Formats: sequence, C-alpha cells, structure tokens
Amino acid sequence: MISHINMKKFLIILFVLITSIGKSESIPSKSSALVNDYTNTLSAEQQQALTQKLLAYNDSTSTQVCIVIVNSLDGDEISHYANTLAESWGIGQKDRDNGILLLVALADRQVTIQTGYGMEGVLPDAICKRIIEKEIKPAFKQGDYYAGIDLASSAIFKFAAGEYTAGNYAKKGGKKIPFGWVIGFFIVYLFIASKNNGHAGGIGGNRNIGGGFMPPIWLGGGGRGSYGDFSGGSGGFGGFGGGSFGGGGSSGSW
Amino acid sequence: MKRTNLIILGLIATVFLFSGCGYNSMVKLDEKVSAQWAQVENVYQRRADLIPNLVNTVKGYANFEKDVLTAVTEARAKATSVNVDASKLSPESIQQFQQAQGQLSSSLSKLLVVVEKYPDLKANQNFLELQAQLEGTENRITVERGRFNEVTQEYNSTIRTFPNNITSGMFGFSKKGYFEAEKGAEKVPEVKF
Repeated sequence: MISHINMKKFLIILFVLITSIGKSESIPSKSSALVNDYTNTLSAEQQQALTQKLLAYNDSTSTQVCIVIVNSLDGDEISHYANTLAESWGIGQKDRDNGILLLVALADRQVTIQTGYGMEGVLPDAICKRIIEKEIKPAFKQGDYYAGIDLASSAIFKFAAGEYTAGNYAKKGGKKIPFGWVIGFFIVYLFIASKNNGHAGGIGGNRNIGGGFMPPIWLGGGGRGSYGDFSGGSGGFGGFGGGSFGGGGSSGSW
Repeated sequence: MKRTNLIILGLIATVFLFSGCGYNSMVKLDEKVSAQWAQVENVYQRRADLIPNLVNTVKGYANFEKDVLTAVTEARAKATSVNVDASKLSPESIQQFQQAQGQLSSSLSKLLVVVEKYPDLKANQNFLELQAQLEGTENRITVERGRFNEVTQEYNSTIRTFPNNITSGMFGFSKKGYFEAEKGAEKVPEVKF
C-alpha cells in the first residue's frame, strides 16, 4: 500500500518537474550580454557596434538597455514573455530598477519595449509606443533590423537623459554584515568584558566596556566607489544587476 | 541568581519555539502579501486615473455613443468605491474587488470596440497615447496580480502546513484570497495596432 502511494507521489512530482521544465524552456536562460541575438539576424559587426553603444551607456549612467532577438514567442503574449524574461534576468540595477528590455520576436513579427520600475517616469508607455511607431516599425518593415534597433536605442537614450548617472551610483562596497551578527558580536563582547570586570572586581572596571577595543566591523563599512555590477570603461560587462519590471512599456507588430 | 537565569532561559526557549513554529516567517509573509496588495491597488488606481481623460477625449467626437461612456463612468465609480483593507484580504473581499474591477474592464473593452467605428478618433494623437497608456496599465495589472497570487500562495501554504498551522490558529493568521482566472468578463481590452 505504502509503496503504491509513494509511487503515485513520485509520478506526480515527476510530472510537475517535466511540465515546469517545458514551461521555462521558451525563455532563454540568463545571459550576461547586453545584445542577445538568438536568430543570427545581426552580423557580428552590427552586434559589436550595438554592444559598444549600450556598454558605454551602461558605464556612464548605470542604466542597462538590453536587446533580445528571438524567433518565436511559443504562443505567449509578447508583453508577458518580455516581462518574465526581464524579471528573471534582472536587467537594471537592483536598487534603481533602471533596466530596459527591447525584445524582438522575428517569426511573430512583434516587438516590445519593457521598462523597469525606475524607468517608467522617463519612458512612459506612450513614449515607448512612439519609439516603436516612429523608429522601429519603418525600419523593420524594410527588413533593416539593425537600423530599427539602433534608432530605438538612441531614442531611449535621448528620453532617459539625465535620469541616472554612474557618478552618484556607487554600490556600497563588499558584502554587508547582517545586523544580527553585529548584535551577536556585541553580546559576546559584553560577555567577555563583564567577565574581565568580574576579575578586576572594582566598579571602575566598567569603563572597559566602552573603551578598550571595539571590533571595527560596524564602524567603517566596506570600500566605496567600486562600480560593482558594471565596469568602469574597461570594456567588459559585469552582468545584470537584478532590476525589477512591473509590466510598463508598449508593444507593436510590423 | 538562579531564578533570573531560568527566566532568561525560558525567554530564549520561547523565542526559539516561536521561530520554530514559523511565527516570524508568517509575520514576514503577511507583510509581503500586504505590500504586494498595495502594488495591486496602485495599478488599478492608475487605470482609474486614466479613465476621465479617456472619456473626455472620446466625448469630443460628435454623436459618440453616450450609453457606452456612461457605462464606463459608472463602472469606474463603482470600482473605485470598493476598497479592501490590506489586513483583511479574505477570499470573499478579493472576489468582490475583482468583480467590480472586472465590470470596469468589460465596459472599457466595449468602449474600445466602439472606437473602431470612428476613424478620425483612432487617428487622434491624444487618443493614441491614452490607448498606449491603458494597454501598459492592463499589463501592469496582470503582472502585479500574478505576483500577488504568488506571495499569497506562499503565505497560505506556510500557515497551513504542520506545525505552523498550530501557531497560525493561535495568532489568527487566516487564509487569504487569490485573483481567479478570468471568465471572459475581465479580459484585457483588445487593442489593435
């Protein structure tokens, strides 16, 4: 009997696992590049040029504009597909949510611009719509995908100008020490101090608690000025920062 | 001396007991659900704020169907009057909220269908931008509702599994409601490009 129930459970788990794998398959696994062409539509030089452009923008503003070209959406709605992708890749910086995803589905002839929470102010949906209508669609209709993407990214830069700068974006260096640890250390410290006190006996020994040594952990904070997730102009891309998306943006088909 | 030690030990034991029974994680999840609910209300409010603009733009067009516009205005008034307290997200209140908002959705989609008959309205720049905003807002609603269901599911399964169910019963953590899948009434307004 028991083995029957276990078998059933096992089968259910297996089924869930298989279906979940099938579901996530349609969205490409997390990339570490700003330009991702899964269809080989853009030439190597074009990809290089776009990467340079977006990388320079990322370095100067910390805003991450990511371009993804897929063939098909596998029947999904483009805004849902793009939102899921952007959220799971974490485009943009975590504390700013300043990511933008430009996704093209070639076979479905659909395109979308998705804005992270932090970009909704400078790139309202109507502006995204306008960029799609004025910059992307005319070029895409002629089959010039590079021109459409290039123009669209320039337009995005223009609208987002001045919103964020890399200069005031200095990730707090290193790992943060959890507050609980600090308290834990403090208690241990007090404990040791009071023990020492007990040996000394006198009331005057109390001074030791504040005076003697203080572990420097919670005083200094880590190094500052490191750019964490994006490199300072050396040419490499450090990966996406974990920004979040709420469904803002616009879509269209050509 | 011994007594104080015992009291301290007892206190520590209670703290561990509570966290062992998931009290802390339940509080955290409860807060997460409330925060996500605020996001849901936020995006619905965003839609409600867009509607007067939309109605005014459409109104300017001669002999535009008046009853469609009044239906939208009325549904909006009704939807904004249904407010759910973030601390009382019972299945019933969520359902009520969803119903009121669903009515607004369906009257909005009717409006957008009627607009198809007015070519110069469809070409109006102001209208096009409002339409884009409305479309984006509907997407936001879908996203935030999806996330609400996710955290609610996490919360509900946490409070109902053993041994958490003992603690949750003691402290009055009750099951929260989900947004149900649409039954056609609350479909995202069909927006043609």
